Amino acid sequence: MSIEVRNIHKKFGAFKALDNVSLKVEHGELLALLGPSGSGKTSLLRIVAGLDFHDSGQVLFSGQDAREQKVKDRGVGFVFQHYALFRHMTVFDNIAFGLRVQPPHLRPSEQAVRAKVMELLKLIQLEWVVDRFPWQLSGGQRQRIALARALAVKPRVLLLDEPFGSLDAQVRKELRMWLRRFHDEAHITTLFVTHDQEEALEVADRIVVMNQGRIEQVGTPEDVYHNPANAFVLNFLGNVNFFHCRLAEGKAIIGETELEVPGLSVDQPKIAKLYVRPNQFKLSRGPGKGSSLKAIVEYLNPAGTLVKATLKTETGERIHVEITQEEYRQLKLVKLMPVFVSLKDVSYSEYVQTAG
Amino acid sequence: MQTDFVKKSILPGFTLSLGFTIFYLSLIVLIPLSMLFIKTSTLTFVQFWEVITAPRTLAAYGLSFGTAFAAACVNAVFGSIIAWVLVRYTFPGKRIVDALVDFPLALPTAVAGITLTELYAPTGWVGHFLQSVGIKGAFTPFGITVALTFIGLPFVVRTVQPVLEDLDPQIEEAAASLGADRWQTVRLIILPVIFPALLTGVTLAFARAIGEYGSVIFIAGNMPMKTEIAPLLIMTKLEQYDYAGATAIAIGMLLISFALLATANYFQWLTSKNLGKT
Amino acid sequence: MNSRTEPQLVRYLLIGIALVFFGLFIVLPLSCVFFHAFSKGWLVYIKALQNPDAVSAMRLTIITALVAVPLNLVFGVAASWAIAKFDFKGRDLLLSLIDLPLSVSPVIAGLIFILIFGAQGFLGPWLIAHNVRIVFALPGIILATIFVTFPMVARELIPIMKSQGNEEEEAALTLGASGWKTFWMISVPNIRWGILYGIILCNARAMGEFGAVSVVSGHIRGLTNTLPLHIEILYNEYQSTAAFAAASILALLAIVTLIAKTVIEALIRRGRAS
Repeated sequence: MSIEVRNIHKKFGAFKALDNVSLKVEHGELLALLGPSGSGKTSLLRIVAGLDFHDSGQVLFSGQDAREQKVKDRGVGFVFQHYALFRHMTVFDNIAFGLRVQPPHLRPSEQAVRAKVMELLKLIQLEWVVDRFPWQLSGGQRQRIALARALAVKPRVLLLDEPFGSLDAQVRKELRMWLRRFHDEAHITTLFVTHDQEEALEVADRIVVMNQGRIEQVGTPEDVYHNPANAFVLNFLGNVNFFHCRLAEGKAIIGETELEVPGLSVDQPKIAKLYVRPNQFKLSRGPGKGSSLKAIVEYLNPAGTLVKATLKTETGERIHVEITQEEYRQLKLVKLMPVFVSLKDVSYSEYVQTAG
Repeated sequence: MQTDFVKKSILPGFTLSLGFTIFYLSLIVLIPLSMLFIKTSTLTFVQFWEVITAPRTLAAYGLSFGTAFAAACVNAVFGSIIAWVLVRYTFPGKRIVDALVDFPLALPTAVAGITLTELYAPTGWVGHFLQSVGIKGAFTPFGITVALTFIGLPFVVRTVQPVLEDLDPQIEEAAASLGADRWQTVRLIILPVIFPALLTGVTLAFARAIGEYGSVIFIAGNMPMKTEIAPLLIMTKLEQYDYAGATAIAIGMLLISFALLATANYFQWLTSKNLGKT
Repeated sequence: MNSRTEPQLVRYLLIGIALVFFGLFIVLPLSCVFFHAFSKGWLVYIKALQNPDAVSAMRLTIITALVAVPLNLVFGVAASWAIAKFDFKGRDLLLSLIDLPLSVSPVIAGLIFILIFGAQGFLGPWLIAHNVRIVFALPGIILATIFVTFPMVARELIPIMKSQGNEEEEAALTLGASGWKTFWMISVPNIRWGILYGIILCNARAMGEFGAVSVVSGHIRGLTNTLPLHIEILYNEYQSTAAFAAASILALLAIVTLIAKTVIEALIRRGRAS
């Protein structure tokens, strides 16, 4: 089922939780709503589920207005951030709940309920916890039970609020790969809310970046990462350095230094902010042929796939850089060593004004 | 209109549950209580004033508030110590002590009344001992204070205890690591934190004691001007079919205790604001 | 010794003070009740309880509690549902109004019903004309008891419901449950210990209420005397042993209440930890 929201507005008192939000989710898509806390992503998810009410605008399920549809008739499976498992019921009763509360003529037999619950427990690989109570389970297990409970009623849409938010780093990684695999098999339209950009980039088909109740950008992970629509998206999707500079044809002038900027074309000089990701710098021991910024290595962390370094320029600015282990070995980088920095690429530039 | 009054929710039953709540509240509490004020309005203000400033009324008010206050102060000290001991130390029988703290709340007041009277009467276990050191137990303001202390103890212990339990151990360790000795830590760190709760507990004990009837009338002696508490005076007026007089005394009592509660709430709000807590 | 405790001497001193005070104010009265009840032996004790007036007082006390407690329970559940699950204007005011009966003297609680239903009261003439008795009869006793125990269930349920939030109910609704089913299958089981706790406390107060009931009962022996009133009469007639025999029943009720309370508190704590 496809979901569309049109011009949604939502206020809590004077606070604008959602400010004219429009979005279309295609059938079978796995979509991430990504943003900092207070950006409105959870509000949007709850409005789609029918758990909260928007002030104006429309929510369409397969083209039909869902305003008159009650939560129980929407066919959404909602997985709550803190799972909301029924604490007085066993795992079995939790998963069976949605089947057992159906009206008598639709309600499956107790035998069919049992079969369905066991099938779902098998899917989430937790058959052995069937008779336990929620408080006897770990966070990761509760998360999967909550998912199974939502899936039991064969929802047309799956909505997950910070599904991995309160889990350990290790469990988190496993579960998100599991979710991706599950989605590839089941093809159920899925929306999930997260504030973790890595999670969104790794799992989603498309990412919706939200900020202050508005959508900043919608696109594939590749798209939003490499072609951010604005500085907020760029910042939110990873570490970035920024420089105040003057841009002229192929060059960025930072203070006294002129840096070559590959692929930059401006028709006339401009004052700009230049955003550069840590991996878009090239370091060398000598000034080289092009012009480059001189800096010293202030801090160095070689533990990891990439080597992280903080450089301090002559003007006192700090640049965060990531280079490969191979480059690190070739450069024989040590703390307090002078290096020369040039640009391989630029993520994004924002023009402040046209320079005279 | 409805969206202004209540935040819209998908949970059902708001109108039904709130409607029933307000209906039942009005029927049992609000309408009957408002009768007090309607009844008083049948008196002129001068008549009202005469009733509540009559020497016998003033003596009763003075006795009720005085003994209630004394009992609240006793409980502030010993209630805090009991709460502290229950939270911080281990000793044999601690769980039984903890459970029995609520005994005065669970025990019907009439039972408490006759029991305390029996204990503090000159022939009683405690009264006998008191008499030998020259103190009259029962049938004096002292006896009334004893009964009100009994009634009020759980209020203080049960409001201070949870705050002590929630106290972050790290703040005490921080104080100690900064060079404070134990007494300084208790005085400068712990007491200010539990103070609002202590004040609340004392106020609750005080408010309960002012209106207390059952546990007091047996031990009080009920001598007009000497050991006659305000609730008993109301009872006496009722027995003489002086409904207006009874109501006037009741209104006086209610207004004074509401004012006291409001003041205490204000102080508590002030204290918690100073501590940066809500 | 670590930084979070006092010297041993101070510790023992404080424990000593606490236990002496506790012994004087709690243990001594508690033992006094049973000591006096049995001071003339089992036979006198049993006889005192078999007295027809005592039996009818017990019956009246039980009837009163059987009416007052369920009514306040229904109110408590409705009030806590509205207050804990919804966000509406005037919620704090409603909360303090619900607590109001706790700060009203029991004597005043009785007085207000005399003012309404008494012979000189607002409805008095009409009631007399239609031969309906409310005060100095069972309905008045029940009304006064409902008033003094009014907030006792609601006060226990509101914090429990609030701490549980709305998510489980929302989950049930997204899974297709109706409002009623959600309420009965999710909300009620989640507060079941709170309900039991509230019932027990409310019952203890209802059975033991003295001041308010004393005002409205009229003290008619064998007819409008509840157990606490019966105790008062016996005591004032210097039938001390009989009074303490009846009192021991109520003291026993208090102890059972405390035991039940302690057990339920442990259960609630376990439920919250999960």
